[in-house]
Amino acid sequence: MSLLERVWPLQLERRAAPSRVMSFASPLIAAVAMLITGFILFSALGKDPVAAFNVFFIEPLSNAYGLGELLLKATPLLLCAVGLTIGFRANVWNIGAEGQFVIGAIAGGGVALFASGLGVFALPAMLLAGAAGGMAWAGIAAWLRTRFNTSEILVTLMLVYIAKLGLSYLVHGPWRDPAGFNFPQSQAFDENEILPLLWEGARVNIAFIMALALAVLGAIFVSKSFAGFRMRVAGLAPAAAAYAGYSDKRNIWLALLISGGCAGLAGICEVAGPIGLLSPDISPGYGFAAIIVAFVGRLHPLGVVLSSLLMSALYLGGESAQIELQLPSSVTGLFQGILLFYLLAADLFITFRLRRVKPIVAQPLAIGVKTANAS
Amino acid sequence: MNLEQWLPIVTSTVAAATPLIIAALGVLVCERAGVLNLGVEGMMLIGAVTAFAVGVSSGSLLLGYVAAAFAGMALSLLFGLLTLTLQTNQVATGLALALFGVGLSAFVGQGFVGLPIDRVPDLSIPFLSGIPMLGPLLFRYDAVVYLSLVLYLAVSWFLYRSSAGLRLRAVGESPGVAHSIGERVILIRYLAVLFGGATSGVAGAYLSTALTPMWVEGMSAGRGWIVLALVVFATWRPLRVLLGAYLFGGVTVLQLHAQGLGVNVPSEFLSMLPYAATIVVLVVICRDPRTILLNQPASLGRSFHPDH
Repeated sequence: MSLLERVWPLQLERRAAPSRVMSFASPLIAAVAMLITGFILFSALGKDPVAAFNVFFIEPLSNAYGLGELLLKATPLLLCAVGLTIGFRANVWNIGAEGQFVIGAIAGGGVALFASGLGVFALPAMLLAGAAGGMAWAGIAAWLRTRFNTSEILVTLMLVYIAKLGLSYLVHGPWRDPAGFNFPQSQAFDENEILPLLWEGARVNIAFIMALALAVLGAIFVSKSFAGFRMRVAGLAPAAAAYAGYSDKRNIWLALLISGGCAGLAGICEVAGPIGLLSPDISPGYGFAAIIVAFVGRLHPLGVVLSSLLMSALYLGGESAQIELQLPSSVTGLFQGILLFYLLAADLFITFRLRRVKPIVAQPLAIGVKTANAS
Repeated sequence: MNLEQWLPIVTSTVAAATPLIIAALGVLVCERAGVLNLGVEGMMLIGAVTAFAVGVSSGSLLLGYVAAAFAGMALSLLFGLLTLTLQTNQVATGLALALFGVGLSAFVGQGFVGLPIDRVPDLSIPFLSGIPMLGPLLFRYDAVVYLSLVLYLAVSWFLYRSSAGLRLRAVGESPGVAHSIGERVILIRYLAVLFGGATSGVAGAYLSTALTPMWVEGMSAGRGWIVLALVVFATWRPLRVLLGAYLFGGVTVLQLHAQGLGVNVPSEFLSMLPYAATIVVLVVICRDPRTILLNQPASLGRSFHPDH
């Protein structure tokens, strides 16, 4: 028995079958571990951890307006994450949802700014343009991957920077509001170009309902459709998928177009919702946070409904901590990263379990006994 | 155009390429051992904020660089624990590391935004720096520039001339075989991951103490991802990393000098150049699947466990 085993008499052992219980428990374990880390962090920063917890998680949600904000911030996260889950399951790593979000906002916002007289059709046209913009942007990565074998991870990410610079160019240059006191902003959208609110007194709008509907559609696609089945097989057992003749290229196109379309929709919903115009900082990293949302939601379109609410609470908590505790707003990003780490570690116990290492005593005869038993 | 006009372009190209070289050589070693760590962006940012914070507080840039290397190693150790010991998915864990590094560096660096720091001084080598033309062109950079070249020589020698390098490549190509002839695959991979962490940290340090001597949230601006593309572009060979980095450095600098050269394009489009160039070179290199198949370490991104 080595020294290590004396100090730590536990060993990882592969389970016979993946544990279903653990696959549901692991996000909870990760969330609790994140909270404990938060307690320690707040204490280390000299804040009363209980009060800080209150400011971070309880106060922002203690009234109807706060609940509205929770749903409002969950909306773009949910929209992006629903698309990502479908791609990630097929091992297609679109990590540039942030860029598709921006292009969606530009495309939909362009319709709002330049196509006048659409009346009641303005919003549907904007939403369509937004989704199409996101699809086209992700489609670049799909084309390069299927045609030139180029890593979609790096391409989608590079396209994030290009999209953001493009938006910055538009709102600083040709699309800047001439009456906007030189602020880098477009004109405000008209009233018929803003998504209707769900209830008065809060900012959450019908995009949240749309996101929920998309999550349900996504769940149906994943579990009931043949295309969804092919993508799952491609993710779980690429060799089996190839043997069955499932087209790799079709999966990559589908995964990127779906996730890009969802992210583009999230972008236009954000600018046609709480923001109401185009400006350079339309997203506090929703597209990246959605990656974490997708993992915490177990890569399931319905799971991400819960995890997007959790992530939204982290955003709200970060804002409230910034105002009341003078903590930097980046505490949100920190918590997001910590959450994902804990989740990945906790996921280990889906396929492994801890077992006590039994002390092995030298028993020459035991070998014979074992073979006798085995035969 | 004469030398006086070209000189600043050459020297700033070298400066822009230096962090890319340092980080990419570490990533190269790590990937040659079969480990794909996508968290370079996060480790660079942590290195940048650590070097800046330690440099400002202690007044010693050297101490800042050492601290940055250790900070990068600490993050990469976390990555190693998860992917090598706990067998998590390397892609997902690398993404987590990148996001975590961005958040953590912004959090830690909050108090250091806007503070001034003295940039790493340029060397003045007796006699050599004084040579006309060649002096300013070759012998008046800061110490880190020369460090990046030494690192290139060291990594090339290590990979192709040392037995340890041969063993590391064996682990990356075929961990099962390496294990069966008695190599400690996991240990070697840990060391490679730690080396990648240290170089990423130092590369980040160069950003905040030399390239733009200040701390700004997310100041690496995607360089960590460009480094990953650079290693693919180099088909996992050190010399090509060096050449590729100077190429990228040139593209980055072009955007700064283009307006001076009379190119009338909005600055945003010029700023897109490095990212667009990254996509273009990836397409050029990956176009033929055989290039990747022949050069990519065979076990890149796959977990290995000695027992199964």
